[in-house]
Amino acid sequence: MSGEAHVDIACRVNGEEIVDRVPARLSLVDFLRHRLGLTGTHVGCEHGVCGACTIVLDGRCVRGCLLLAAQADGAEIETIEEASRSGRLDALKDAFVARAALQCGFCTPGMLLTSAELLADMPAPDRAEIRAALSGNYCRCTGYHAIVDAVEAAAGLKT
Amino acid sequence: MGADGAFRLLGRPAPRTEAARLVAGGGAYTDDLDHPRQLHAAFLRSPHAHAMIAALDAGAARTMPGVAAVLTWDDLSGVVQPMETRHGAFPGLVSPLQYPLANGRVAYQGEPVALVLAASRAAAEDALEAIDVAYEPLPAAASAEAALDPGAPRAHPALPDNLCWAGEIAGGDVDGAFRDAALVVEETFRFTRHTGVTLEPRGLLAAFEPAAGTLDVRISHQQPHQLQTYLARLFRLPMTRVRVLTPDVGGGFGIKMHIHADEVAACAAAILLGRPVKFIADRLEAMAADVHAREHIVKARMAVDARGLITAFDVEDRHGLGAYSVYPRSSTMETVSAVRTIGAPYGMSAYRARMTAVFQNKSLTGQYRSVGHPIACTVTEVLVERAARARGEDVLSFRARNYTPVAALPLTNPAGVRLMDLSHAACLERLEALMDLPRLRQELADGRAAGRLLGLGFAAFVELTASGSEAYGMGDVAVAAMDTVTLALEPDGSVKGEASVSEIGQGIATTLARVVAEGIGLPAEQVRIFTGDTRSAPHGGGAWSSRGAAIGAEAAHGAARRLRAAILEAAAVLAQTVPDTLDIIDGAVVDASGQARFTLEELVQTALFRGYEFPEGRLPQLAVSHQYGRPQDRAIPTNGIQASLIEIDPGTGLVTCLNHWVVEDCGRLLNPLMVDEQIRGGVVQGIGEALFEACRYDADGQLLTGTLADYLLPMAGEMPDIAIAHVETPYSGSVLGAKGAGEAGTCAAAAAVLNAVNDALAPFGASIAETPVTPVMVLNALAQQAAA
Repeated sequence: MSGEAHVDIACRVNGEEIVDRVPARLSLVDFLRHRLGLTGTHVGCEHGVCGACTIVLDGRCVRGCLLLAAQADGAEIETIEEASRSGRLDALKDAFVARAALQCGFCTPGMLLTSAELLADMPAPDRAEIRAALSGNYCRCTGYHAIVDAVEAAAGLKT
Repeated sequence: MGADGAFRLLGRPAPRTEAARLVAGGGAYTDDLDHPRQLHAAFLRSPHAHAMIAALDAGAARTMPGVAAVLTWDDLSGVVQPMETRHGAFPGLVSPLQYPLANGRVAYQGEPVALVLAASRAAAEDALEAIDVAYEPLPAAASAEAALDPGAPRAHPALPDNLCWAGEIAGGDVDGAFRDAALVVEETFRFTRHTGVTLEPRGLLAAFEPAAGTLDVRISHQQPHQLQTYLARLFRLPMTRVRVLTPDVGGGFGIKMHIHADEVAACAAAILLGRPVKFIADRLEAMAADVHAREHIVKARMAVDARGLITAFDVEDRHGLGAYSVYPRSSTMETVSAVRTIGAPYGMSAYRARMTAVFQNKSLTGQYRSVGHPIACTVTEVLVERAARARGEDVLSFRARNYTPVAALPLTNPAGVRLMDLSHAACLERLEALMDLPRLRQELADGRAAGRLLGLGFAAFVELTASGSEAYGMGDVAVAAMDTVTLALEPDGSVKGEASVSEIGQGIATTLARVVAEGIGLPAEQVRIFTGDTRSAPHGGGAWSSRGAAIGAEAAHGAARRLRAAILEAAAVLAQTVPDTLDIIDGAVVDASGQARFTLEELVQTALFRGYEFPEGRLPQLAVSHQYGRPQDRAIPTNGIQASLIEIDPGTGLVTCLNHWVVEDCGRLLNPLMVDEQIRGGVVQGIGEALFEACRYDADGQLLTGTLADYLLPMAGEMPDIAIAHVETPYSGSVLGAKGAGEAGTCAAAAAVLNAVNDALAPFGASIAETPVTPVMVLNALAQQAAA
């Protein structure tokens, strides 16, 4: 749109310096998915409820749909692609696969990042604590039981 | 299968092959795909439930930056026909034309009116705001209950009334059974609409190649072949020029087995403009215009004789199906499914159900997980527990006496349902052990003595799975109930397969690969099955009716046995022996002494690259195809029983589900890991149905639940652990003996939860017969008692 406001941003995404000029209204998740091609982060509701768009911004899980790309200026962002490549999710990923803690897989990247944050904050959570921590991430396929099992199993490996 | 007939792979738990890619963020869903020069679609949707469109001015919108086109029905009508839902099994079905974009009138809020194609979705949405539509609102038919009342607003003014279809199923002497009954229990049940809420919304990427005349549609969908068939009809294209390809699908649950108006309009735009068109529904569009499900008002009564035997059911179902009967399968399948398994676990001598499906100015309803069965199960099981209570009897003892015994099977019950291979008594026995019922009952008594509002409810069920060709074929609807699997040996000795079943996350491709590996004699990892591309996969049913294991796996098994025979035939030629002396073990052809003669890699390379080694031109056929459609039984019945333990907070009226148990008999378990997780996921959708999920409209047909803050989905924190056990009674009519499993959790979970709520309310003399059970209903029920 010719009259549309744009914002210059510079940020690090998965370790890579990104300098771009983005529409002021562009959401961060759309920026990551459609400008940078990082399609591992998903869009489920666009109003901050479902958690499918979870990413890590300056070390904490956030919702990519509730932030604008402009707000990422100066930020350090990690998406599922790098979190997976780095190996830091390996125990969780293995447990999710072995336990069938995913079906369609659409919620899974967000679920894994939230689970990893939980285990970083709380090395040995009980089932109720796992359930509480994951309650901002909807899964429509599994019914959650297997996800709780998988996080419990991964926590057991870590401790 | 080993020489002793025992399975090596089947029956063992196996994770989904694609899972490793999905956990790494490597999923490729529809919105992850792009075509060069693609345009983004945004729909102008009706804000009114019912209105005439007096004028539509898109002039300003067309001039906006990035906008390539603004289309209305007049633009589309040259390339596509309106949808007309026909189903010959529903005589008298009234089915007005449904237009991909509104043709002068809108009949539900969210109906697509105009379509903007622009360089970005944002630009397209900007242009929507510049389209000027003059609506002339009409009275809206919102209430299903009042839909046939004299003077009720009509959903379609050209029709005489709101009746879409009415029918009756009856068998036995119903009036006599009620006349002679010692006990009659009755209730009017209300089931609020809800919907599937696939976490990945519907979406597609359509491309038309004008020179070749080919339409290529990448779409999040459950039935690529059905969609290919109907797109070809709507666009008058030969089927060989329509390719439907389903990438990773982010949940289906039935929502993605239909053909939605916006999907047809987006394809039409791609044809008209000669540029690829991407349409991804946002959540508001999904809530408003995805098919909804299960709006029913059921008046039901059950007769019990002096011995405590159920003798008859008499049922009236009113189904509010929305503005149109969904294309192409028809929304009226719902009402039949909602009544036909009422009473199915039990012996009864008489049954009558009268069905009326009515139009409303609301979103369409369609087949959603366990189609109709949760209605039937809830009606039956609430009445069963009420009758047991009225008789002062334990609810499980009452069920046990009334179960159809194994010795009586097979039989056709008075509702016309063919029943075979069921195991009610065994499932009940297994459930009591799984729950440690005596201990649980003691805990319940202790908790109640301490003042807690605890409730325990049960729900036995029969689910009709893996529909046969009668369901749609007899109505002349082009929906395949059969499946095809093709297999070919690759030069490295691995087996590549294409299957017409669809992978939507349920793990069926993994299970079929294991069926093939089992059937040939290969390690599981030597076989890969691909699905979801109509150009390569032969025609078949896709994902519906819990059919993957019961039908798709039979096709895979048949193909595996063909390829095995071909391999042994080829090996016998080379080894100058007869096939009967050879076997395939762990990927190698062995002779009678167990000596390995060829690897599959050696054999296939000889066939593909050195054919001259086969004498007399006897080149082996190492690519095979097998089609399987069940020749008997309209559906394969499964059975089981669920139980739920709930607690009511008397201060807030909130119901918490503390524990849930399932014992299920889906015949032979091909992959227990996938089955159990299908059941757990289905149970949670059922708990959502019982306690949370509702598409609510006001009296004028305005949707009140357009966001996930308004439409409540079950979250991890409020869901219980779900214990599962199985009884395995193989289906007697197939080789593998598998039955449907994917919808069983949803079938009975809501009924078990509702019974648990009513168990907790029973001491207060109150009960609820509506879902979802809201805190307000619970508080009102408790207040009634206080007032009394």
